[in-house]
Amino acid sequence: MSLLQILKGGGRHGVPSTENRDPIGYAVAGLNRLAQSDLLDKWGIRRQTEQTVFTVTRSGFKVAANAGRTFKKAGSRGKSGVRVPSAMPKGIFDLTPTEDEQMLVDVVSEYAEEVLLPAAHDADEACAAPDDVLKASLEIGLPILGVPEALGGISETRSATAGALVAEALAKGDMGLAVSVLAPGAVATALGLWGTDEQQQTYLPAFTGDAVPAASLALNEPTVLFDVLSPATTATRTSDGFVLNGTKSLVARGADAELFIVGAALEGKPTLFLVESSTPGLALEGDPGMGVRAAGMTRLTLTDAKVPADAVLGETDGSTYTECVRLARLGWCALALGTAQAVLDYVIPYVKTREAFGEPIAHRQAVAFAVANMAIELQAMRLVTYKAASRVAQGIDATREIALARKLCADKAMQIGLDGVQLLGGHGFTKEHPVERWYRDLRAIGIMEGTVLV
Amino acid sequence: MAINLEDPKKLVPLRDQVHQVAMNMLRPISRKYDKAEHAYPKELDMLAAMADGLNESGTSEGAGATGVRRGADAGDKTVKNGSNMASVMSVAEMCWGDTGLTLSMPRQGLGNSAIASVANDEQLERFKGTWASMAITEPSFGSDSAQVSTTATKDGDEYILNGEKIFVTSGDRSDSVVVWATLDKSLGRAAIKSFVVPKGTPGLKVERLEHKLGIKASDTATITFTDCRVPAANLLGSPEINTKEGFAGAMATFDNTRPLVAAMAVGCARASLDLTRELLSKAGVEIDYDRPATVQSAAAAKFLQMEADWEGAYLLMLQAAWMADNRQPNSLEASMAKAKAGRVGSDITLSCVELAASVGYTETELLEKWSRDSKILDIFEGTQQIQQLIVARRVLGLSSTELK
Repeated sequence: MSLLQILKGGGRHGVPSTENRDPIGYAVAGLNRLAQSDLLDKWGIRRQTEQTVFTVTRSGFKVAANAGRTFKKAGSRGKSGVRVPSAMPKGIFDLTPTEDEQMLVDVVSEYAEEVLLPAAHDADEACAAPDDVLKASLEIGLPILGVPEALGGISETRSATAGALVAEALAKGDMGLAVSVLAPGAVATALGLWGTDEQQQTYLPAFTGDAVPAASLALNEPTVLFDVLSPATTATRTSDGFVLNGTKSLVARGADAELFIVGAALEGKPTLFLVESSTPGLALEGDPGMGVRAAGMTRLTLTDAKVPADAVLGETDGSTYTECVRLARLGWCALALGTAQAVLDYVIPYVKTREAFGEPIAHRQAVAFAVANMAIELQAMRLVTYKAASRVAQGIDATREIALARKLCADKAMQIGLDGVQLLGGHGFTKEHPVERWYRDLRAIGIMEGTVLV
Repeated sequence: MAINLEDPKKLVPLRDQVHQVAMNMLRPISRKYDKAEHAYPKELDMLAAMADGLNESGTSEGAGATGVRRGADAGDKTVKNGSNMASVMSVAEMCWGDTGLTLSMPRQGLGNSAIASVANDEQLERFKGTWASMAITEPSFGSDSAQVSTTATKDGDEYILNGEKIFVTSGDRSDSVVVWATLDKSLGRAAIKSFVVPKGTPGLKVERLEHKLGIKASDTATITFTDCRVPAANLLGSPEINTKEGFAGAMATFDNTRPLVAAMAVGCARASLDLTRELLSKAGVEIDYDRPATVQSAAAAKFLQMEADWEGAYLLMLQAAWMADNRQPNSLEASMAKAKAGRVGSDITLSCVELAASVGYTETELLEKWSRDSKILDIFEGTQQIQQLIVARRVLGLSSTELK
């Protein structure tokens, strides 16, 4: 073992070699050798030595901690103050939404309960959201939630947390309808995040005005083992713009969308393109799935569709596209929370009133433990999703956190849907209860890309 | 107020210091004391001295098992990131180093937690600096802790204890034992009280030590009490038998210790994850957070699933501690955290052994050890099933007679 390796600390004792010792680490490592030494016992000075160590480390540690605190103060005054919204406490762990967020959630929850939930069954059958549902969504400002105030929206700061809370509240009413009412907002939010001045001035007034267009963020493709980062749809550069070719699947509200954001590979890099529905070469067909049907899913085919040079949204190096993919996945996690909560809320009174063998089935551990696990995993999903959202809102890299939220929500939300139907038995399998619809909707988590954005 | 689930900024320096201690003090002796079961880890005395130093310097926010007492300034509405969060974060880091050694830390026993939670001010002062283990389980019961049959009989200003306790963590090495005993078995749960019994009290005898699957660095003792007399002032909490309050007082200790055990599982599991990530990388498998798991290797997909579960357990742990810091009742969340962390800890440590194949199974690496250590964390301080029972009763609004 080289001296360098010995000094590093990692690479032994199951410590990954990426680990490094800091000054305290060196001191502790030295201390450990001293502690292991039999000489202390031989000389009978173990206790005195411990006393010395006590005193030395007391001041040693204090310096290190103070150094940390001084560093913290310097850091928080500079960089994060510019990026982080003023409502954000500096570095305090907190699970309480801001007052504004709570008000928003209260309004949206009421809408979800009184408008979305009653309309859900028929909208699922019809594969479309009723007009009055869509109209009401505009009244509460859903499309402009993620649009900056300066551009006519309602967002004073990066609103990923609010976006996640709203998506969760909506999906508690119905996931399909939630996607339907969030789809235009996804495009508006993307324009707010990555649009040029020209793009924003061209498109956003429509979203902030009275006649909000249907719009859709189209990233899915009909490919087995689909990898959203390598779209098969291509964009080819021409003298005055680009030519798009390819097929996008599960495009929400494609039939009445006036504006699409389409993902396509440009010179090997995934890129976002603004495509107006009037563009020649666009074809749409119905593409209903097992769930999220109220979102009016369509398949969009682009055949030599020409778009102007300024149709590119954001960067062409793949960075904007990747960020968009992550923020959309976060949105789907938030949707999973709402629908999973709906399952849990529905199952609890059911198992407490349904009787078998002379008592409510909730009195049996097999049933009760299934409910307990739903509650535990749902709360885990919620915390992991909120953490990712709050990182986005604070401008901290959330690549890892979004990936983990997506994985956890994909696995556990489906399990909750599965157990929900199971606990209702044969009744869960019928359309007399909404649980079978939630089961179908929850299968979308982990599959869907794009479509929503927080 | 705003949602933020990052590690509290003011606790990051503490977390990082404990990490260095775990890496440089515990890891180098981890295998040694796994092999030398029942040998006293003398290195820990030095570490405990250091921990005391931390406490006195005021830097630690009460790291370890002693910092779970709730203060009295209830009118304060500001959001707190305090001693409970500091405790779970530092315990997790210590167990990243070694769970058995963490459990053997002098003066950080579960009995200390009980004292910190329910002792009055006079007792707190009197038992300051003692290393207290916790004796609840008896040969005839485990999870059903209302079945305590060790008796405490009042005789003047003393109690006389009689009975046998098993699975007492640090039972041999501790300075004193917090014993659960009943004043009158016919009165059920309400009559169960806890007593601090100093070692050396006549009638207290450490009978034997267990040989175990894991956490071998920690001694697990059988202790008998034969006409063992303790001062009446050593009874923790109220000496009255209040049938209305029932078991609540004694059980309140668990609301504080369960997040700590969740923290142990979280820390131990992260040791496995950290090492496995590097071993996989050397084997040519990198974890990609953006590509779908379905287009990555099975090993990478499994890793993503484990890390996602781990993140959930970690945040449930922080939530339970945060609620305690902010004086919110957290019994449900404490049980959620322990249930999730316990089972995730087992899945992760065992799966990491599987991913690393014979490198994981043999004593070449510590992966096999961590998969043995983690098992107890889904058992003690309330098994997985007990946690599920608690969560189910709360969520369903059912009593213990309705949902047995």
